Amino acid sequence: MKQSNQDRIVVRATPLSVALKALLYAVLIALTLFTLIPFVWMLSSSLKLDREVFSYPIRWLPETAHWENYRLIWSKVPLLTYFKNTAVIAILVTIIQTLTSSFAAYAFAKLQFKGRNTLFICYVATIAVPWQTYMLPQFILMRAMGLYDTLWAIVVLQSFSAFGVFLMRQFYQGIPTELCEAARIDGLSEYGIWARIMLPLSKAAIATLIIFTFVGTWNDYMGPMIYLTRDLNKTVQVGLRRFIQENSSDYHLIMAVSVCSLLPVSVVFLALQKYFIQGIATTGLKG
Amino acid sequence: MEQFRNRPKYRRKLTRYERKKALIAYSFIAPNFIGFAVFTLLPVLFSIFLSFVKWKGGSFDTLQWVGLQNYADIFKVSKVAEKGLGYLFTKVDLGIALKNTVFYTLVTVPLTLVCAMALSLALNHAVKGAVGFRTVFFFPYIASMVAICVCWRFMMMKDGPINQLLMGLGISYNKSWTADSAMAIWSIILVSVWRNMGYYMVIYLAALQGVPVDLYEAAIVDGAGKWQQFIHVTLPQLRPTTFFASTMMIISCFKIYDVVAIMTEGGPGRSTKMLVTYIYDEAFSNFNYGVASAIAMVLLVIVLIFTLIQFSTEDRYANN
Repeated sequence: MKQSNQDRIVVRATPLSVALKALLYAVLIALTLFTLIPFVWMLSSSLKLDREVFSYPIRWLPETAHWENYRLIWSKVPLLTYFKNTAVIAILVTIIQTLTSSFAAYAFAKLQFKGRNTLFICYVATIAVPWQTYMLPQFILMRAMGLYDTLWAIVVLQSFSAFGVFLMRQFYQGIPTELCEAARIDGLSEYGIWARIMLPLSKAAIATLIIFTFVGTWNDYMGPMIYLTRDLNKTVQVGLRRFIQENSSDYHLIMAVSVCSLLPVSVVFLALQKYFIQGIATTGLKG
Repeated sequence: MEQFRNRPKYRRKLTRYERKKALIAYSFIAPNFIGFAVFTLLPVLFSIFLSFVKWKGGSFDTLQWVGLQNYADIFKVSKVAEKGLGYLFTKVDLGIALKNTVFYTLVTVPLTLVCAMALSLALNHAVKGAVGFRTVFFFPYIASMVAICVCWRFMMMKDGPINQLLMGLGISYNKSWTADSAMAIWSIILVSVWRNMGYYMVIYLAALQGVPVDLYEAAIVDGAGKWQQFIHVTLPQLRPTTFFASTMMIISCFKIYDVVAIMTEGGPGRSTKMLVTYIYDEAFSNFNYGVASAIAMVLLVIVLIFTLIQFSTEDRYANN
C-alpha cells in the first residue's frame, strides 16, 4: 500500500503528467466555451439593437446595454399570462404527480394484495411506449372530454406518468419493512404509516421527483403546442414560439424573451442541483 | 392454508381482513392508476386500433376499417416492389424519415458518449472547480428547447457568429446552416450533442465512482501508464454503463422532435424530416389519423426492440 502511494507521488511529479494535466484543462476550457457561448451570445444579443446582433466582426458585448428591450417585450405579447399559465400547470402537475405517485408507490412497495404484479406490469409496459405513438388518440380522447385548449389538458397529460411511480417505488423498497410493521403494531393505519413514516423518510426522492416534474413541465413544448391554441392559455414555450413567428426579425427581442423563459428553471436548478445529479445517477443507472 | 381449511370460522375472518387490506391497497393506487389508465393505457390501445382504420376525425360513423392498408400506404409497398428498396429511401416519406432518423442517431449517440466520457474522466480526476464545471456542462440539459434552439439557429445564420468563427479559421461557408439541405441535419446533431453530453456525463461520473480503486493500484503496480489504465481498467469497467447509455440514447434519438420543429421544421425539402415530425404532420396537419397511427407503430416497434435489448442485458449484468 505504502509502496503504491509513493509510486503515485512519483508519477504525479513527472513533466509528462504535468503536460497531461495542462491538456486536461485545455479540453475542459474548450468544452466550457462550447457549452457557454450560446448563453453568452443570447444574453448579449438581448441587450443590443436589432442591427447590432449580426454585426461584422462579432461583438460579444453590446456597445451600450439596451435594458429597454426587456421592457418592450412585455407589451408585444401577453408574456405575463404565459408565465402565469406555465406556473399554474407546473405547480399543479408537480403536486398531483408527487402525491399520487408516492401514494401508489407505497402500495406497490410495501403492501401485499391481489393483482399487484399485473397492475405494476401495466406501468412497466407503458414506460417503454413513447408518448409520440399515442399522442394522437390521447388528443382525440381529451377533445371528446372537452379538455382541448384548456390548461387541464396539459395537467392531466403530465400528472400520471409511470416515471413517478417507478422512482418512488424504488426508493420505498429501500426502506426497511420492519419500520412499517412496528408502526402497524403501534396502531398506525396504512395511511398513517404513509404520512408519518414513508413521506418524512423519502424527502430526497420527493425532491428529485419534484424538480424533474417541474422542469419537465416548464420546458414541455410538444404537449402545449398540440393542445393550447388560444393566446390566454399558452405557456411560455409556445408563447415564445408565437413571438418568434410574429417578430421573426427582431432578433434582440427574441433573445430577450428567451432569456426570460430560461430564468425560472435556472433558479430552480441552481438551488436544487444536488438532487438533480443524485436523481440521474440513481434512476439513470438502475433504469 | 391447509390448516385454515379445517377451521372455517377463522378462515372467514381472515378473508375479510384480507379483503380490507386489499381495499386499502387499491385506495392507495387508485388516484394514480385511474389517471394513468384513462390518459395513457387507453390511448396506447386505441392507437393500435387506429392504425388499421381510415379516419379524419369527427364522427365515428366516418371511421372505416381498412386492415393493413395504412401500412401498405406508408411503405408504398407496390411501388417499392416494382422499383426496389432504393426507391423507399429516396422517394417515399417514411423511408426518408427513417433514413434521416437513423443517420441522426448513428452520429449523435457516439459523439455524445465520447464527449460525455471525456468530460466525466476530466472531472473525476479531481480538477479544481469540478462542481462548477459539472454545473456548467449540465445546464444545457435543463434549459428550455425553444430558447436554446432559436439561439443556435440565429448563431448559425449566414452572418452569424458561427460562420464568422469558421471564417477566422479559414473556412468560408456562406450560408445559413439550417437553410442548406446538406448542413441542416448537422446543425440538429450539433445542438443535440451540446445539449445531452452533460446528462450522460453525470451518468458516467456516477459509474466512475463505482470503479474499485484497487484495480488502478494493481495496474500501477504492473507498470501501466495512464493510457493503459484507461484502456484496461476504466473502459471495461464502464462497459455496462456505456451499453445502458447507448440504448437509452438511441431510444430518445428516435423520438426527436423539438429540435427539428424549432430549427428546421423538417426542411429544407425533406432533409430533416424525422419519424415524429412525419407523425405530427400526418396527425395534426393532414388529419390522416390512420396513417399517422401506422407510422407511430413503426416507431413503437423500433423503440420496443431497443428496450428489450436493454432489459435483457440489464439482467445479464445484474446476474454477474
